[in-house]
Amino acid sequence: MSGSIVNAGPRTAVSNPPVQDMPSYFGEQDLVRRSATPDLPPPARQLTPVAKLIDVSKCIGCKACQSACVEWNDTTPAIGENVGVYTNPHDLTENMFTLMRFTEWVNPDTDNLEWLIRKDGCMHCADPGCLKACPAPGAIVQYTNGIVDFIHENCIGCGYCVKGCPFNIPRISKADHRSYKCTLCSDRVAVGQGPACAKACPTQAIVFGTKEDMKRHAAGRIEDLKSRGFAHAGLYDPPGVGGTHVMYVLHHADKPHIYADLPDDPRISPIVQTWKGLTKYVGLAAMGFMAVGSVIHGVFARPNRVSSEDEENAEKLVGTVAPQPPSQPEERG
Amino acid sequence: MVERIQPGDAVHPGHPVTVNRYGPTTRANHWVTAVSLILLAISGLALFTPSLYFLTTLFGGGQSTRILHPWFGVVLFISFFVLFAQLWRANLPARVDIVYLSRIKDVLAGHEENLPELGKYNAGQKGVFWGMAFLILVLIVSGVVIWDQYFGEATAIPTKRVALLVHSIAAVLIICVFILHVYAAIWTRGTLRAMTRGTVTGGWAWRHHRKWLRDLVGQRKIGPAE
Repeated sequence: MSGSIVNAGPRTAVSNPPVQDMPSYFGEQDLVRRSATPDLPPPARQLTPVAKLIDVSKCIGCKACQSACVEWNDTTPAIGENVGVYTNPHDLTENMFTLMRFTEWVNPDTDNLEWLIRKDGCMHCADPGCLKACPAPGAIVQYTNGIVDFIHENCIGCGYCVKGCPFNIPRISKADHRSYKCTLCSDRVAVGQGPACAKACPTQAIVFGTKEDMKRHAAGRIEDLKSRGFAHAGLYDPPGVGGTHVMYVLHHADKPHIYADLPDDPRISPIVQTWKGLTKYVGLAAMGFMAVGSVIHGVFARPNRVSSEDEENAEKLVGTVAPQPPSQPEERG
Repeated sequence: MVERIQPGDAVHPGHPVTVNRYGPTTRANHWVTAVSLILLAISGLALFTPSLYFLTTLFGGGQSTRILHPWFGVVLFISFFVLFAQLWRANLPARVDIVYLSRIKDVLAGHEENLPELGKYNAGQKGVFWGMAFLILVLIVSGVVIWDQYFGEATAIPTKRVALLVHSIAAVLIICVFILHVYAAIWTRGTLRAMTRGTVTGGWAWRHHRKWLRDLVGQRKIGPAE
């Protein structure tokens, strides 16, 4: 590379990073969505969408991606306990943003045991349920290149993102009560590098680049898998969430659920949609109606006052009963 | 049907007559309920819609709002159910409630001469009472389900989603009931002192709850003159 470096975003995770200082190629001006911010100004430019492609058929389960993730993000997952499975730790945590999930699956067509290994983590949905559910302005953002990122200083730790996510990804830290997940290494991508996991993957089962390139690369892989007898090989880029910026090549793309419960047709739960949509508008209208109705009634209906007649009637009623000792009860009225 | 007279209710002859409606502990507890409900509404609305998120500053920011809101809920739950235990008998439905509700136009217009004589509570007040009781139960149960700091592991995500929806709908309803309750207490002049001084005037009781007044007088719940 000669002359000044133009940082237009990374094309791949494989090449070595430039050694010169580099300005970040995207930032706050490139937000397409910002949680709890309905009046976000539209971004002036559209960045080239990026994507990470995980080819499940090439994964050897070495967990280099997990190590690289821990290393880059400087997290310290607790030392685990072996319960007889390779999946370690047993679930995503606030210190483990990506996790190899191992599944032993017997293929009913061939009666072969297949060892399915899926690298779980944030899918960077085009329509992110976490962002939709988040009540804190700016705690979750989405850039025009497709990266969905958590801005921890704005996070209030409510856990709404956990309920909004169709993939069960975000985790709330018990230490600082903020939500954590894979950032797609937004800090690396911003300076022209690919995600740490992709960089570390020894078989290039994880690759990174523009979404276009990744789809093209996936098409070649799928063709290859089909020629090897995986008739249902395909790309996992689920349309229910508008597509994702982390995609899988699956050898059994007709049944994603066999890969450690990868959702077949993920979408933001209709319950979450109703909560964040209809309930909010109808609810605010109902409360407003009650408040305004009260004010109108208060202005137009005369106050309901006790008259002096009422007081006299009460005095008469009490007076008909003998003053002090309750010795001579009288009929009322 | 003679209602059981609530302990502490009594008439004091005088000019005007005064009637004891709420004792000091009930009043103090009512204000605990009231304050916690207001704090819950403000902190809850802040997380309900981005346009009200600025209300979190009243509680020291988003994180502390998230911490405090459920604790306010615990306070409300306990204090309300003490009130509930004290008042539920007087809020049992009666036949006269149907007549009252069928003449709701007269109620809204303040034509109480067209209404039947009422016991300690009218049908509207009973509605507020049972509405609050039901909604607070729904809110505490759904609230615990989404109180992740302590009960995060107790339920699965699909359950929590339902709880969030139920919690927000119940919250909207209880705020509506709250507005109704406060407005009715203000519009019906002479009511607020029942929850401040604990007494109302005889005229107020005669006008709004004549049967209650008659029962107190008839059962000789007459204290010293004031």
